[in-house]
Amino acid sequence: MAGWIFLGIVVLAVVFFVGAYNSLVGLRNRVKNAWSQIDVQLKRRHDLIPNLVETAKGYMTHERETLAAVTEARSRAMGAGTVAEKGAAESQLTQALSRFLVSVEAYPDLKANQNFLALQEELTSTENKIAFARQSYTDAVNFDNNKIEMFPSNVVAGMFNFRPETFFEIEEPAQREAPKVSFQR
Amino acid sequence: MFWELIAANRRKSFLLFVGMAVLLVSLGYFIGEATMGEGGGNIGIIVAVGVWVIMSAASVFGGPDLVLRMARARPITSDVHPQLFNIVEEMKIAAGLPALPKVYVIDERAPNAFATGLRPEDSCIAVTAGLLTKLNRDELQGVIAHETSHIMNRDVQFLTLASIMLGSIVLIAEVFLRGMWYSGGSSKRWRSSKKGEGGGGAVLMVAAIVLAILAPVFARLLYFSISRKREYLADACAVRLTRYPEGLASALEKIAASPLQLEAANKVNAPMFIVAPLGGPRASGWGATHPPIQERIAVLRGMSEGAGFLSYQHALAKVRRKPSMILPASAIKKDERVAVREAHPDVAREQTEKDKTRDVMDLMRAVNGFAFLLCACGLKIKVPPEFAEPQIACPRCGRTNEIPKAQVTEFAEVAAAVGAIVGATGAKSAGGEIPFAQPAVGGVVGADAPFEYHRRTRGEWESFSCGCGHLMQLSPIFSASEMRCSKCGRITRVN
Repeated sequence: MAGWIFLGIVVLAVVFFVGAYNSLVGLRNRVKNAWSQIDVQLKRRHDLIPNLVETAKGYMTHERETLAAVTEARSRAMGAGTVAEKGAAESQLTQALSRFLVSVEAYPDLKANQNFLALQEELTSTENKIAFARQSYTDAVNFDNNKIEMFPSNVVAGMFNFRPETFFEIEEPAQREAPKVSFQR
Repeated sequence: MFWELIAANRRKSFLLFVGMAVLLVSLGYFIGEATMGEGGGNIGIIVAVGVWVIMSAASVFGGPDLVLRMARARPITSDVHPQLFNIVEEMKIAAGLPALPKVYVIDERAPNAFATGLRPEDSCIAVTAGLLTKLNRDELQGVIAHETSHIMNRDVQFLTLASIMLGSIVLIAEVFLRGMWYSGGSSKRWRSSKKGEGGGGAVLMVAAIVLAILAPVFARLLYFSISRKREYLADACAVRLTRYPEGLASALEKIAASPLQLEAANKVNAPMFIVAPLGGPRASGWGATHPPIQERIAVLRGMSEGAGFLSYQHALAKVRRKPSMILPASAIKKDERVAVREAHPDVAREQTEKDKTRDVMDLMRAVNGFAFLLCACGLKIKVPPEFAEPQIACPRCGRTNEIPKAQVTEFAEVAAAVGAIVGATGAKSAGGEIPFAQPAVGGVVGADAPFEYHRRTRGEWESFSCGCGHLMQLSPIFSASEMRCSKCGRITRVN
């Protein structure tokens, strides 16, 4: 009888171990997948910038510095290695780009250029995609980190060396807090 | 975040489905017992399930294709409308769909959109040409987000399955009640029970009749109330995805303001559109598939606590003046704060609606197989698919432009085939009639070859461009066979 109970406990423990391990691996893959989604879009943005700068150069004769800042931020972002470094470099690039897009307003000829409009649409879309991909990456990392740190799955995570993942932070200049309006008097 | 929501939706869909299935089976059982006597209930159940299976099979195998064909939607590729594709891809990423939905365009001026496809893996989003002309980027994003939410929440799946169930229930009840009506209630069982074999038969009969009257009503109530709830839910999800309530709100406003009737809509696909396309008495109340649009707009505009689910829930409660649970509690996080984002700097802000309309008309031409050539003079030549020559002369400057091979070979084959058929039947060939100004004789045109213009109508104003680019006007009473350009002096034949 005692033997059967012992056997039952062992089986349960094995089932738990296998389940926890598999779910941790699944979560890690989900984080990886979410990250690759961001990475694709970041690369796409890097690819768009030279064309954009080239198109704008002919029109924006007085904005050499703004254009240079964008180009420089781009090359720095391309060289960044870890997730945290990338986050910092990409926020700088985002800021440089938004400054650039503001200064475009002063050049109506450039704004009417079909090529530039197409590039701007691509850039807008790519930034949106980065934002959305970042959202799902954050969700995935949150879920994964919780699983790694909480009992009992943290035992399995410790044994097989699962590390908490880093969040990808980009400061968005356009982001603002929701206005707090109260209709009650 | 969305995982809990999707899971809760699936649970609810399943429960509802089971509820309707119980209704269907009990309807079959009672009708069978009442009409065929002892043991007839099982036959009734088999018949009811059989009806359901046949109807499901028809809709699963016909599937999205059938729905799309009914709406006359045509697939487009990303080069035709890059922005629309970009937005769909953004929403695919935001909603975490397993695959990019296929994009279709409906050649109609009434603005509307719908999503279809039983599984998120092979879903489709269709928008009308009118929607593309009327909305800006943010509004279009709102609409696509709403449709993506339907796909994400498995609403299409649910609506399809529930409508099959509803259809089966209505069909069986209808057949039974009509049968009763015409036979005057004098079925075998009815008479035998009158002879005094026991009152059980009469009770069963009454139960069957009551059920046959009530079951379709219940099923409809259930179906429509869930359909309306799912619309609210899709709105809430769309805002959560885009973080910009105003985009969807003003899109809905523009769609509602359009007086145009969507011709592609019918009773079957009406529940799928973002805004109910059919007006009339069914537009509001319990029998409506969509909530009143003004209410939806008011809720979106009333979201004062950011773009989260909780904010939507509060706004909805305020507008409807009663607490309503649209969202499952498991999907709402009390401390969730989703900031509203800024409006996009509208890329196409300078573009007037006229320009946009022209672009969308070009889009529809591209969808319909037109080829586009950019002439060196800057004119965009739109070559219809029937045009079989290898070259075309620019109507403005007269330069000869090569038509891409694919276009020529594909349609030359068709033309040859048509010619062969026409020749075989001995009919006179139409002679390559082309429905637009065609300054070509035999395809290759030198700079000084005479231009030709085919009048489209008689007795109306028409205009065309001379080879030099000068605009030539034909008055309604023009009857000569040629016209001299007042600028360059070249003669154009008019016929």
